[in-house]
Amino acid sequence: MSLLDAFYRGLARTRQSIARVFQSGAAMPEELYDQLFEALLAADTGLGTAEALLDGVKRELGRKTSPGIEEIRASIEKQIIMMMQGQTDLNIGRGPISVILFVGVNGTGKTTTVGKLAAKLGREGHRVMLAAADTFRAAAAEQLEIWARRARADVVTHRVGSDPAAVVFDAISAAKARAQDIVLVDTAGRVQTRFNLMEELKKIHKVISRELPGEPSESLIVLDATTGQNALEQARQFKQAVGLTGAAITKMDGTAKGGIAIAIWRELGVPVKLIGMGEHLDDLYQFDPSAFAKALLDTA
Amino acid sequence: MMAFELLSKRLGDVFKRLRGKGKLSESDVQDALRQLRIVLLEADVNYKIVKDFLERVKDRAVGAEVLESLTPGLTVTKIVREELIKVLGEAQKPLQFNANDVTVFMLVGLQGSGKTTTAAKLARLLKKRGKNPLLVACDVYRPAAVEQLKAMGAKCEVDVYCGDQGLTPEEIALSAVRHAVSKAMDVVILDTAGRLHVDEEMMEEAARIKALTKPTEVLLVADAMTGQEAVNVASSFDSKVGITGVILTKMDSDARGGAALSMAAATGKPIKFVGMGEKVEALEPFYPDRMASRILGMGDALTFIEKAEAAFGKNEAIELERKMARQQFTLEDFLEQMKGIKKMGPLNEVLSMIPGFNKLPASVRGQIDESELKRVEAIILSMTREERANPSIINASRRRRIAAGSGTSIQDVNRLLKQFEQARAMIKQVYSKGKLTKLLS
Ligand SMILES: Nc1nc2c(ncn2[C@@H]2O[C@H](COP(=O)(O)OP(=O)(O)OP(=O)(O)O)[C@@H](O)[C@H]2O)c(=O)[nH]1
Ligand SMILES: [Mg+2]
Repeated sequence: MSLLDAFYRGLARTRQSIARVFQSGAAMPEELYDQLFEALLAADTGLGTAEALLDGVKRELGRKTSPGIEEIRASIEKQIIMMMQGQTDLNIGRGPISVILFVGVNGTGKTTTVGKLAAKLGREGHRVMLAAADTFRAAAAEQLEIWARRARADVVTHRVGSDPAAVVFDAISAAKARAQDIVLVDTAGRVQTRFNLMEELKKIHKVISRELPGEPSESLIVLDATTGQNALEQARQFKQAVGLTGAAITKMDGTAKGGIAIAIWRELGVPVKLIGMGEHLDDLYQFDPSAFAKALLDTA
Repeated sequence: MMAFELLSKRLGDVFKRLRGKGKLSESDVQDALRQLRIVLLEADVNYKIVKDFLERVKDRAVGAEVLESLTPGLTVTKIVREELIKVLGEAQKPLQFNANDVTVFMLVGLQGSGKTTTAAKLARLLKKRGKNPLLVACDVYRPAAVEQLKAMGAKCEVDVYCGDQGLTPEEIALSAVRHAVSKAMDVVILDTAGRLHVDEEMMEEAARIKALTKPTEVLLVADAMTGQEAVNVASSFDSKVGITGVILTKMDSDARGGAALSMAAATGKPIKFVGMGEKVEALEPFYPDRMASRILGMGDALTFIEKAEAAFGKNEAIELERKMARQQFTLEDFLEQMKGIKKMGPLNEVLSMIPGFNKLPASVRGQIDESELKRVEAIILSMTREERANPSIINASRRRRIAAGSGTSIQDVNRLLKQFEQARAMIKQVYSKGKLTKLLS
């Protein structure tokens, strides 16, 4: 399945609701704007982003007395792409070993994304080591071990309750010894308001940069696409703790509308780099803003 | 906390022009509800639900008497809160058990919503109530899901039934029920795999498990952080599987939890529990009134305002507001506030009514207890008037003197000065861009 197909499938529902607006033949632009506003809200863009998008449209088309539906559509698409400007490919390969740190709230899809990315990077010829730094949740290490097997990657695990920073230290040492070039760090899910757990993340981050100066190359927050406005707060807090370089949005295969992706990029400057489209090994894609915008608005 | 005087005053300000009218007019209510729409949408309540809900509130609010003890602004807020509570289910709904037969509870939900943890929490709760529960691992798909349930079962000393390799979830569920009967266990808790509500095959599987095991409770486990999709998710699980209630997880986060309203309104099913953390003990009953306040982003502000007015008196509150607006809030005022708080009731209870309090870093929250209050009082009393008015002059030697005078350590003094700065910063923040001020300005 091509990336665009995958987007189409995942965003079918959003597309329909916005498509309905375009097909409703709402004559007055005001009425049309109102309906578009609701459709954007329904996609979890949040009030601020929805307003900013439609303001942009109005600015662009304002002088026209009755802009056509096609014009409005193209204009929103343009606004979305403008809000999502930047690199979406992973920043790896600068040094001998690139570390990617995965963080996020419980159950968002960190472990699964690590597994899928390990497989993807393996296919591209990288030698991948996984660090099971979730030493808290029951059977978290077993879960990652299964993904490591599927992805044919190596994995370092410690016992439940041990220091996650020590797992990371060992994984990096092992990667050096085995001449591997990628270390993916899976961390325990944590609610962003837990002070001690956020401090623990900082410590993990510190160990990485101490062992490999300049690393982690990427600190990615994994966000569940069904999450509402709290995703912004999540991104804000995790950014403060480990300085996010990007986001992975998961579960875009279902009901996901992905509106938070725009909000997080626009308001926090955190680019979306990966999207998860299912539970299988190859259900991970590099994020593409223009495909995203197109799929979100396409009426075909 | 002084933010509260301030908020109550704001509420007053906004609706000042209504004062004395006696009744709320249509346009007044409309103005207020326009702001409330924003509050509800920011809390992730589904936009359609917001529309319907506010329609209903409007009907009730227009023409309502402005209550004697409240400003018109508070009257509208009160009506909104009451209607929210109604939708969220007025009273707590207990779990249903089979009287003579083994009882089956089935947990369903999206991937990652917290079913496995919740299953263990429920088992622990039932065990504490004298039941003999059995946990059943019906998630044969997600890697290590079975191991996770086994480990969590061990933690709360509840048996976990896994079924043999290669069995379908339906077969596992059914044989688990038989196993429970043979072992004279009385409650079976089925932990099922996470599934997308648009995945027809998986939804049919859930419906089959239900048909085979006839659970008295089919509980949708949903993430409190869910956005607009909450309506579709809850409606689909209800129409395709049939649910009896909802358990809302990750409520220990700072999510406003508008999804609760969306799901309750869309299905009419009660929310039975909330998950408050990762530990097996962290399962609490659902309180509609607390949830309503949380969605409005105002803690139990109404109760708080009433209590605060009683403790401080209105004039004092207004004076404080004036000082805060000019950033003249001093340690002297801080001390007065501390005394006022004591009058309002047990400290923990009072603090938890404050919107935003749960957002403070745990390190700060943890420091605030009754004995800390006494220490604070002693420290401030050991300061000169000048020091209280202008804490920036408190240098190292003054700190040493104050510590000695109050029988505390220099660290204690330092901590207080830091807390005071934090309190000042918080006040400033609430004052300048609090959610409620947005609603009310
Ligand atoms: N449909 C769908 N499910 C996904 C996707 N990514 C992850 N999941 C599922 O979401 C659930 C949680 O995923 P995990 O990878 O365990 O999430 P996690 O963030 O590691 O969870 P914790 O470590 O418990 O915090 C699992 O059932 C995954 O199979 C996705 O893109 N689509
Ligand atoms: Mg995990």
